[in-house]
Amino acid sequence: MEITAIYYLVPALIMFCCGVYGFITRKNMIAMLVSLELMLNAVDINFVVFNRFLYPEQMEGMFFTLFAIAIAAAETALAIAIIINIFRAAKNIDVRSLNEMKF
Amino acid sequence: MESVGSLIMYFIVALSMIVFSVMAVTTRKILRAATYLLFTLFAAAVVYFMLDYEFLGAVQIAVYAGGIVVLFVFAILLTSRPGDNSERLTSKSRVLGAIASVATLVVAGYALVSRCSVAFASKPDMEAPDMQSVGTALLGSGAGQYILPFEAVSVLLLACIIGGVVIARKR
Repeated sequence: MEITAIYYLVPALIMFCCGVYGFITRKNMIAMLVSLELMLNAVDINFVVFNRFLYPEQMEGMFFTLFAIAIAAAETALAIAIIINIFRAAKNIDVRSLNEMKF
Repeated sequence: MESVGSLIMYFIVALSMIVFSVMAVTTRKILRAATYLLFTLFAAAVVYFMLDYEFLGAVQIAVYAGGIVVLFVFAILLTSRPGDNSERLTSKSRVLGAIASVATLVVAGYALVSRCSVAFASKPDMEAPDMQSVGTALLGSGAGQYILPFEAVSVLLLACIIGGVVIARKR
């Protein structure tokens, strides 16, 4: 048995679908952010797999993933700062009860 | 043809990736969701190691597992009491989420299967990119080199630091 590209792509696809499900069903903002990270990671794995299996002499997919990781880190830090600020103002991070922009 | 050891390794990694990502979105305790996310990120790092991108695997562990998950845990402990359960899902939101994720699965799965030659490409030989070639490509300004995005990311991180301080400071 040989491990071809699809053996890596299918777990990444399932991971992405889990992220979509979690992003829609979760009500806690941090849990939504966790689902977002799952989706980002699935896409990163796809970039690396296509790079490795189709264009092994180049490194484009690897560098795209590297920059995607850096941007995801920046995005998560800012999002968590915003969430903590919202918690300080509203005592609550449930998306259903946050229907005002200004407290 | 793969050796038995790498096959076993592959199945452990793929299974743990699927199981932990399902558990991360279905568990009702939010701290557990962050822990399962950590395991999923480790599985992704192992995938990078298995595909010979050692530098990428190390970055994945250092930045994601070491940085982002710690941020998540701090934020969770600051915003919720330990032992809190999220409330039970209504069947409406669950059905909505299931429809969206199954639709994604069908569309992307069809796109995968319809490109059979790509999906079943076997792994070509490649010498793992060593640190020197990674560094030259990251900091060179020629064709296929990445000094401009590198600097852009450094400015982005600076903006992120300032933004984080401004947003989170006490009024």
